[in-house]
Amino acid sequence: MFNHIARRLLHALPTLWLVATLTFILLRLAPGGPFDSEKQVHPTVRAQIEAHYGLDQPIYRQYLRFIGNLLQGDLGPSYKYEGWNVQEIIAQSAPVSLELGALALVVAIVVGMPLGVLASLRHHRPAESILMGIAMLGICLPAFVLGPLLLLVFSSSLDWFNPLGWNYPSDRVLPAFTLGLFYAAYIARLARSGMLDVMQHEYIRTARAKGLKESVIVCRHTLRTALYPVVAYIGPAVAGLISGSFVVETIFFIPGLGQFFVNSAFNRDYSMVVGTALFYALLIILFNLLVDIIQMWMNPRTRND
Amino acid sequence: MRDRSQRTIAVRHMQLKALIYYPLLCALLFTSGCGKKASNVERGLKQQELYVGIQSSPSGLDPHLTTGVVEQYILIALLEGLVTRDGQTLEVKPGVAKSWDMSADGKTYTFHLDPNARWSNGDPLVADDFVFSFKRILSPALGAPNAYMLYPMRGAEAYNKGELVDFSKVGVSAPSPKILVIELDAPTPYFLGLLSHVSWFPVHPPTILKHGTITDRASKWTQPANFVGNGPFNLESWKLNAPLSVMKNPLFRDPDSIRLKRIHFLPIPIDPEERAFRAGHLHLTYFVPSHRIDWYLKNQPERIRFDTYLGTYYYGLNVNRPPLDDVRVRKALAYSINREDLIEHILRAGQKAAYHFTPPNTGGYNAKDGFSYDPQLARQLLADAGFPEGEGFPKLQLLYNTSEQHQTIAVAIQQMWKTELGIDIELYNQEWKVYLSTREEGNFDIMRAGWIGDYDDPFTFLGLTTSNSGNNHTGWSNPEYDALIQKSNETLDPIQRRKILQTAETLLLEEMPIIPINFYVRRLLIHPTVHGWSPNVLDRHPYSEIYLEAEPASTD
Repeated sequence: MFNHIARRLLHALPTLWLVATLTFILLRLAPGGPFDSEKQVHPTVRAQIEAHYGLDQPIYRQYLRFIGNLLQGDLGPSYKYEGWNVQEIIAQSAPVSLELGALALVVAIVVGMPLGVLASLRHHRPAESILMGIAMLGICLPAFVLGPLLLLVFSSSLDWFNPLGWNYPSDRVLPAFTLGLFYAAYIARLARSGMLDVMQHEYIRTARAKGLKESVIVCRHTLRTALYPVVAYIGPAVAGLISGSFVVETIFFIPGLGQFFVNSAFNRDYSMVVGTALFYALLIILFNLLVDIIQMWMNPRTRND
Repeated sequence: MRDRSQRTIAVRHMQLKALIYYPLLCALLFTSGCGKKASNVERGLKQQELYVGIQSSPSGLDPHLTTGVVEQYILIALLEGLVTRDGQTLEVKPGVAKSWDMSADGKTYTFHLDPNARWSNGDPLVADDFVFSFKRILSPALGAPNAYMLYPMRGAEAYNKGELVDFSKVGVSAPSPKILVIELDAPTPYFLGLLSHVSWFPVHPPTILKHGTITDRASKWTQPANFVGNGPFNLESWKLNAPLSVMKNPLFRDPDSIRLKRIHFLPIPIDPEERAFRAGHLHLTYFVPSHRIDWYLKNQPERIRFDTYLGTYYYGLNVNRPPLDDVRVRKALAYSINREDLIEHILRAGQKAAYHFTPPNTGGYNAKDGFSYDPQLARQLLADAGFPEGEGFPKLQLLYNTSEQHQTIAVAIQQMWKTELGIDIELYNQEWKVYLSTREEGNFDIMRAGWIGDYDDPFTFLGLTTSNSGNNHTGWSNPEYDALIQKSNETLDPIQRRKILQTAETLLLEEMPIIPINFYVRRLLIHPTVHGWSPNVLDRHPYSEIYLEAEPASTD
């Protein structure tokens, strides 16, 4: 197990290097630069700015310098936000995005799993169609529709929540639901099909034949195996939750990292794009590893390897 | 057996139901109610704290490096230049300089600094601080985009371009701690107005040098813990994409003139910003989403405002590309746009149709209309150019940066050209930075553009189309026009000067390298408790004039 983790972490290094290099090259290929603006600056001024950030150097020199700094843990200054370093910006806003992602994950699991299990127990009944209909709706509703919709109901009409901000505990509710419901819906579908699949197995029939209580069958025998695909899905889901929070952050004015991730590309803020891309890549690698560990632990066949 | 399992499933069902509903219910009950505090507008009124929506975080707070509008809103709270502007009349008023004299030839200004002027750390503000600041923004190594604003000062341009190395040769000096002398290359009629621009603002030399060299761009001096300013407010807190707060500066030279205790700038995107305003979380926004205009006009007309300001929306034509190299074609395109229709049905915020380039009443200059909507004449001109009824007219591309508004306008104009002239134009949109680079390469036929004046003088508009302007992407170059603009900048007599400018503008519209479409309108939402906020074309709203007071009791 330990060896496996160590090996996986070692494999992560070339992946991260690839992410950094590809982002670096693709950005340079994109037309327009970080210092283009509506009002043209004088060519000499522009040359000075570019020299300041080393952008006047040949690409390979820029790349070597960038990799050198990266190895020392320095992501460089943001080209857009004067006086801010990329690692400062990430340190400032990533915890907010992570909190939002974690809460959304809780929503996804707490809402999605019971929904799916319930639907599977009501197989071929109207309740199943209704529950799965709701789940389908959740998948179809994008955040930019769901967010304003929740705001309309719970903020404008009922006045239960602030329409924006990230100041009070209650400010977390609507964003977490907006972000989490899509994943809840997906988890519900996975849980349902997992349950239905397992229920047909011989050993469930054996359990029933032995006269076990249905609740015991569901909890002890079915759920664990049935949730296997759900757990497998949580890895990519987490990746989506933390890197896909841009829309939700914009709707609810949440000072998270998602906005920087998206806008830095529009701003051609080279160092910021590479920095956020690397940060997300690292998170995704770590979460996938975590999910793998959980799966290994869940599966007796791999647990002792 | 079957029955029993059915029953247990039902029980299980109840338990699962509880599993879903209880946490949800608890979460809702627990969180609703708690955390809902008085709205910002109510709280602000009690404590004289103003909540302003800005659509994006400032990219920086260094007056010598920033170029954006949002940064200006904040910087005029934190720093003060030699002069300020009256929010109502835009008249130049004393700032750090209590008074000034101009020499007879209009080329030398002597400023007497306010003896009470201090930095927020208590240091006295001296004339040398301005010399340091001007040296900083003009230093080539700083790469300040707005350094050109100082070019009227003698030697400033040469120093900024590295042609002059000795800063003492630049026309600024401090004969005594409270006297600053600025010498100009030529009498510049709009010079005093320029001084209220942030690029002329002073910075605190010891603070700059403590956090780096004089030319450090990525310096930490603008962080809240480090910032030393001389404006009516001090920087209290600032994180990116989070509210930026400033609080009243007790050491300001005239602290009694400031009634607000705090200002909070909230960088919220357009749609959430409007929701925040509706929920009482903002006093003021600098934008209203188009789709909400009608709602406000109908339900809360007192909260929406439309103010003209110094900006022109126009289409630039690439005069090097046939058939746009033919002035008759350029005119035909300009004359066949029905601007009134466009404004009434698409822009819908009371914009003014533009039949000249410089917005009305720019520094007292009102240009004459250079043309009118005349599809008949447009067809005639196009026929004369060899394209009767648009026959044989090549399919030109209209470039704009990706945005719903620009697209709607482009589609409407495309249709007008099709109907009136019988020509087909292809629409072509690019993401902002790509568009900028395409435009700079001159790789377009027709391009959408906009220009906002830097200061209240026609030169900021008419200077755009001179041959050596970096912002003239049309390829149009006219020595006669250049000479007129040059001459206008050397003419002190305002009436004579306006005449020269009018001649230049008429020439510009005769040649039509750019097609003016409309003059900008700033549409904003403002809460009735905000007083002293005056509309003006420069979009300058001194915070010393603003205060919060309960709205008068309704009379109905």
